[in-house]
Amino acid sequence: MEVTVAWYLTLGAVLFTLGAVGLLVRRNPLVMFMCVELMLNAVNLTFVSLGDALGDLSGQVSVFFVLVVAAAEIVVGLGIVVAIMRRRAGATADDLSVLRG
Amino acid sequence: MLDLVWLIPAFPLVGFAVLLVAGRRLGEPNAGWVATVAMFGSFAATIGVVVDLLSRDEHHRRSVTTLFSWVPAGDLSVDVGFLADPLSLTMCLFITGVGALIHLYSIGYMHGDAGFGRFFTYLNLFAFSMLVLVLADNMLFTFLGWEGVGACSYLLISFWFTDPANASAGKKAFVTNRIGDWGVIVAMCMTFFTFGSLSYVEVLDATDAGQVAESTATFIAVMLFVGAIGKSAQFPLYLWLPDAMAGPTPVSALIHAATMVTSGIYLLTRVNPIIADAAAWVPSLIAWVGVGTALFAATIAMAQTDIKKVLAYSTVSQLGYMFLAVGCGAYVPAIFHMVTHAFFKALLFLGSGSVIHGMDGDQDLRHYGGLRKWMPVTASTFIIGWLAIAGVPPFAAFWSKDEILAYAWNESPALWAVGLVTAVLTAFYMTRQVVLTFFGRHRYADARPDEVDAAWDARLAGVAADLEAATAAVDEAGAGLEAAVATRTGAETAHASAIEAARTATSGGSTDEAADPEALAEAVLAAEDAVAAADTAVGAAEESLAVARSSRAVAAADQAVVVAVAGERDGVPALALDSAPDTDDIADHLPEAVAARADHHPHESPWTMTLPLVVLAILSVVGGLMQLPFAPSLKFLEQWLEPSLFGNEVHLGLGAGMLWVLAAVAVAGGLVGIAVAVAAYERGRIDHRVFEQPLLADAWTIDRKVGDFMGGPGRAGFEATTTFDERVVDGAVNGVGSLVRHLAGVLRRFQNGLVRTYAAGAAIGAVALLLWFLSRASW
Repeated sequence: MEVTVAWYLTLGAVLFTLGAVGLLVRRNPLVMFMCVELMLNAVNLTFVSLGDALGDLSGQVSVFFVLVVAAAEIVVGLGIVVAIMRRRAGATADDLSVLRG
Repeated sequence: MLDLVWLIPAFPLVGFAVLLVAGRRLGEPNAGWVATVAMFGSFAATIGVVVDLLSRDEHHRRSVTTLFSWVPAGDLSVDVGFLADPLSLTMCLFITGVGALIHLYSIGYMHGDAGFGRFFTYLNLFAFSMLVLVLADNMLFTFLGWEGVGACSYLLISFWFTDPANASAGKKAFVTNRIGDWGVIVAMCMTFFTFGSLSYVEVLDATDAGQVAESTATFIAVMLFVGAIGKSAQFPLYLWLPDAMAGPTPVSALIHAATMVTSGIYLLTRVNPIIADAAAWVPSLIAWVGVGTALFAATIAMAQTDIKKVLAYSTVSQLGYMFLAVGCGAYVPAIFHMVTHAFFKALLFLGSGSVIHGMDGDQDLRHYGGLRKWMPVTASTFIIGWLAIAGVPPFAAFWSKDEILAYAWNESPALWAVGLVTAVLTAFYMTRQVVLTFFGRHRYADARPDEVDAAWDARLAGVAADLEAATAAVDEAGAGLEAAVATRTGAETAHASAIEAARTATSGGSTDEAADPEALAEAVLAAEDAVAAADTAVGAAEESLAVARSSRAVAAADQAVVVAVAGERDGVPALALDSAPDTDDIADHLPEAVAARADHHPHESPWTMTLPLVVLAILSVVGGLMQLPFAPSLKFLEQWLEPSLFGNEVHLGLGAGMLWVLAAVAVAGGLVGIAVAVAAYERGRIDHRVFEQPLLADAWTIDRKVGDFMGGPGRAGFEATTTFDERVVDGAVNGVGSLVRHLAGVLRRFQNGLVRTYAAGAAIGAVALLLWFLSRASW
């Protein structure tokens, strides 16, 4: 059985869905970050597979941008999470609603 | 040198910047010298540019120097650029030349003023704005200068702003000019809609090529004319100019006579192709408004008593001549008269400033007289200015005014007739001013009508008080007499009773031990003495009553005489030409100010003030050489200006004979005006009050009525506008604000701060979008 591009796309879709559902149902900020990473990398997988399948390098290139953005996001996000955890140990995402309108 | 045309306005701008930063530190007189040197530098730059332009071929005497792009906004692109052509450079020549002289003069005139540095800061800013106005290569840049001169005019009219009258005169000028500026803005918008550009070169070339509809050209021309009558003080927007005399006199000379007020004529001359393309009634309107204003203002000038007010109305009148010329298509004579007017009117204003300076600030013609003895330079230069404005050949204004009248005749004899009457009146009121100021009796020390009246009142009150005191003395003496008579009666009664008592005692009827006969006899004798003394007292009282009565009679006679004299005395004339008012009867009652004035001696001004007068006087004599009518080759100004006029200059269809006749009539008219004024004010052959009608002195009451209207119904209208602004305009703006706030109050509930809710929203949105795309996909 040959592994076609559809397999990779399906895997990407499954990973993306897992990440999205995880982001919605979990309350631990760290886990939510991991879910976001999962979604981003699912998209990366899709980029790479389609880039390879279509013979277009821009799919590969886009992944670098996504990786850079993800790294930056994690740096900022983890910094915020650590700062919050110092003040309020065990806080969940639902406790952090000071930006309520 | 042509590329350096920007140097012309740059000099005063630099002067302004230096004075703005260091004007106070430079102090007097250095601040004035900085400003003056800047103006002379600008004049030199102008000469350089003119020489360069003259070296060019006649058809290439137009050069645009763009410094940078100022407003690049879509289709509208406006540059900061300078248009150097004969018209703009003619303006620059006299603005910088006359301006430099007036700057020099101001150093002397503003001596000792606390705002010395501030004055020259404003003056240089004005010169810069004025040069921008004439040199700009597009309407918007011109408008920048137009507003700049307006602002400087405001600042300089209310220069001595601590007096509320000066401050409100400045405001009046500013507000009246806003009406005109509205016209310019509308004209500018219309020009942009029509041509897609504001550049003079593009607009005028397009108009000259006939690319504009008559209705459009008419609209633009009329709107520019509205702007011009505001800035150049024509009827009905002339009201601000007489009040503008509240500013220092050099300001009146520079801004309100020589330069700024001519910018309306400059603007109309600049856009002459638009006027040429406009409907035929537009030039007629311009001509009639001009000549009407000229006559109207000249009648008012006849009856003014303030030396500067006469010149202010005279300026309005002369500007009217220039509009008349523009309306007749005589652009060259308009510019010609503008230049000669700059010479002689600046001269007259500076001369009047010198007079005011020498008279310690008194501006009333009625208080002058005979000043030529003390101020020979001022007097002789002023007389030259007078002969020039009166149209006496060969002084400058004779040539320019005569040419305007010839063109007016060419257009319509009615215009010419009104212009001629104005010329007669001009000669009259200027002669009146010169005679009252420099000839005749020196009237400064005269007791003035209000002082004489007050002194007579004091004298009448004095004799009335004397009479009252004498009457009181008579009453007192009468009372004294009565008392003396009563005392005598008492003494006689006492005497009678003493005799009775003595008689009773001697007849033996009495058994009283105490009735000593000797004592009784003594009492009788004493009573007799008392009666005698009382008699003497009565006599004395009668005598003093008689004295009091006679002195009352004297006082009453005195009072009767004084009342009779006071009743018979002639009212003191406001203008006592022949002799001082008779004050012998009231010498003790006159205020000390009269005696103080007698000690005052007018003095000639310093050289910084007289030198500009002399230079301007020379220019007023020879100014006519610019444009001599005898041969086409002598019309230097016409040849020079031709490239700027696009051939729109009307050609005079009159023969040489007709021109000689017109000139002769104009000169004769001027001489008649002079002769009548001399007869009335110098020789006293005609009662001068005939000419000084109260209606004229009150400027036909128009100013006052406009003021009343603006204070009454006008004010109500403005308040209604304010209410409309507060309720409707502000209401709409605030309504939008509160609507948004209420909507936001509802919407903010969705922002609950829970990050997972937002994520859910994003997920639902993504799914919805996905479904929508899928539903539209064609499989």
